[in-house]
Amino acid sequence: MSMTRPMISLHKVRKVWNPDTPKALTAIDGLSFDVAPGEFVVLLGPSGCGKSSLLYMVAGLEMPTEGELECDSLPITGPGTDRGMIFQEASLYPWLTIAENVTFGLKLQGVFPEKRQRIARDLLLKVGLADAATKRPDELSGGMRQRAALARALAMRPKVLMMDEPFAALDIQTRAKMQGHLLEVWRASGASVLLVTHSIDEALALADRIVVFTSRPGRIKEIVHVELPRPRSPRDPRCIELQLRLADLLADEVDRAFAEQEASI
Amino acid sequence: MSALPMAGAKSATVTPPSVSRTRALAFVQRSLWSLASVGIFVGIWEFCWWQGIADPLMLPPPHMFLANLPEQFRFFDPAGARSLEEEGGGFLSVLVVMGWTSLRVVLGLTLGFVGAVGVGLAIRYFPVFGKLTLPTLTLLTPISPVAWLPVAIFIFGIGNLPAIFLVFISVFFIIVLSTLSQIDAVPAPYMHVARIMGATKHQLFRHVILPTILPSLFVTLRLNLFAAWMVVLIAEAVGVGSGLGQIVMMARNTFNASLVFFTMTLIGLLGFAFDRGLLWVQNRVLWWVGPSAVGGK
Repeated sequence: MSMTRPMISLHKVRKVWNPDTPKALTAIDGLSFDVAPGEFVVLLGPSGCGKSSLLYMVAGLEMPTEGELECDSLPITGPGTDRGMIFQEASLYPWLTIAENVTFGLKLQGVFPEKRQRIARDLLLKVGLADAATKRPDELSGGMRQRAALARALAMRPKVLMMDEPFAALDIQTRAKMQGHLLEVWRASGASVLLVTHSIDEALALADRIVVFTSRPGRIKEIVHVELPRPRSPRDPRCIELQLRLADLLADEVDRAFAEQEASI
Repeated sequence: MSALPMAGAKSATVTPPSVSRTRALAFVQRSLWSLASVGIFVGIWEFCWWQGIADPLMLPPPHMFLANLPEQFRFFDPAGARSLEEEGGGFLSVLVVMGWTSLRVVLGLTLGFVGAVGVGLAIRYFPVFGKLTLPTLTLLTPISPVAWLPVAIFIFGIGNLPAIFLVFISVFFIIVLSTLSQIDAVPAPYMHVARIMGATKHQLFRHVILPTILPSLFVTLRLNLFAAWMVVLIAEAVGVGSGLGQIVMMARNTFNASLVFFTMTLIGLLGFAFDRGLLWVQNRVLWWVGPSAVGGK
């Protein structure tokens, strides 16, 4: 992997919220790592460790206070269609049908309706929502809405797919299904994935590499490679070993985060 | 995998007969309660008259002011309806008078709503425009529309325009401020999604902000509908010389209590019909906000 040019490259990234005020808060400090093309990287850490801030910076929705971010060797200066994003809540527009939601980005680009319709049909088929094209978001279950959001992100043919705790609002059974689905779509698309989660099981089920964050300010505590074939069974002894290791890594950080929160009250 | 959720989704769109029957039953129940409510009100009034507590000259009970309709109709002079030659009287002229009052309300509300949403969007779209206008708008908001009445007559003279202007004023400022707070409350993910897909500022306003805020702004419009009705009657009494407001004022001046209450009944029914009408538009055109979010069906 060291041979290929990285898809995403972070160099000494630092993010301070409300800089130059008494409420200044360092979310991320001195963060450097690369994501290879087609790689599945999971960002794992306690809540409030700046994982999401990092995602927003890669998306171009937030700018770093210091440091450089590059996508495909170009500095990130704002949002771009080469980087798609899926949020915790599906955030589908309630006034559009599912098909219209999926092709919303194409409409902004001025793609003709006939072509949009065709693309929507293909994508909805791909994520298993072929029957839902004319439905409204509120007629779909949470899992189906997230699949529609996935189709919407894929419609832009992104090179990088970012996901901010995409399955956190789903029940456990749906979540497992969605993870399997995501892996299929990821393999077919060839995109790099950056997924934020605080669930060790989710990280182990999905990742090529797990970046474990420290509590605030978010730094890299350790990078764990998961070289197990998918689908991975949580009962696999190698999986259990990794699980325990990650739990130990996280436990320290969660304790620290708790202590900090209590001190601040 | 989608079998279960799909089943749930279908039941939301297709209405089985049992559901529609339950709905019909609920409607009948609601109507009966409404009838009982009005019935008790009328009953107390009639009782007071019967006991001699309410002087029929000043507080004529419903059976009196609703009794001799042709006599009442005589006073409905559609002077505002310049297309008609009749000198009042008849059911038609009542409708025409009601129509003129309604037209003033509709025009004022439409202009006020469209203008206010436009100004609100412009304030957020062009920050300099916002900084220049917002302080003045905020200062003008608490001024009662009634206080604008002399201004309206100075500017527009006697006629339809001052009434429309007053209705406009009664909703405009409130909806401008409401637009601003709704724009600021657009869920962050809605904006993020569009920005990630490369939306320009214009596209953000047109395709994300406007559809997000319209339903709740329409609720604001509905809530201010009754204020608009109150204002149009005052304007008609003072600055138009026709319409339901003018009739109430004329009835007061001629000490015709019966006519006062008859006209008040018409006003109440019209206002109610307007509210239902707006609710219907809201549910049809701006369907994406569920009834729970818009305060009742």
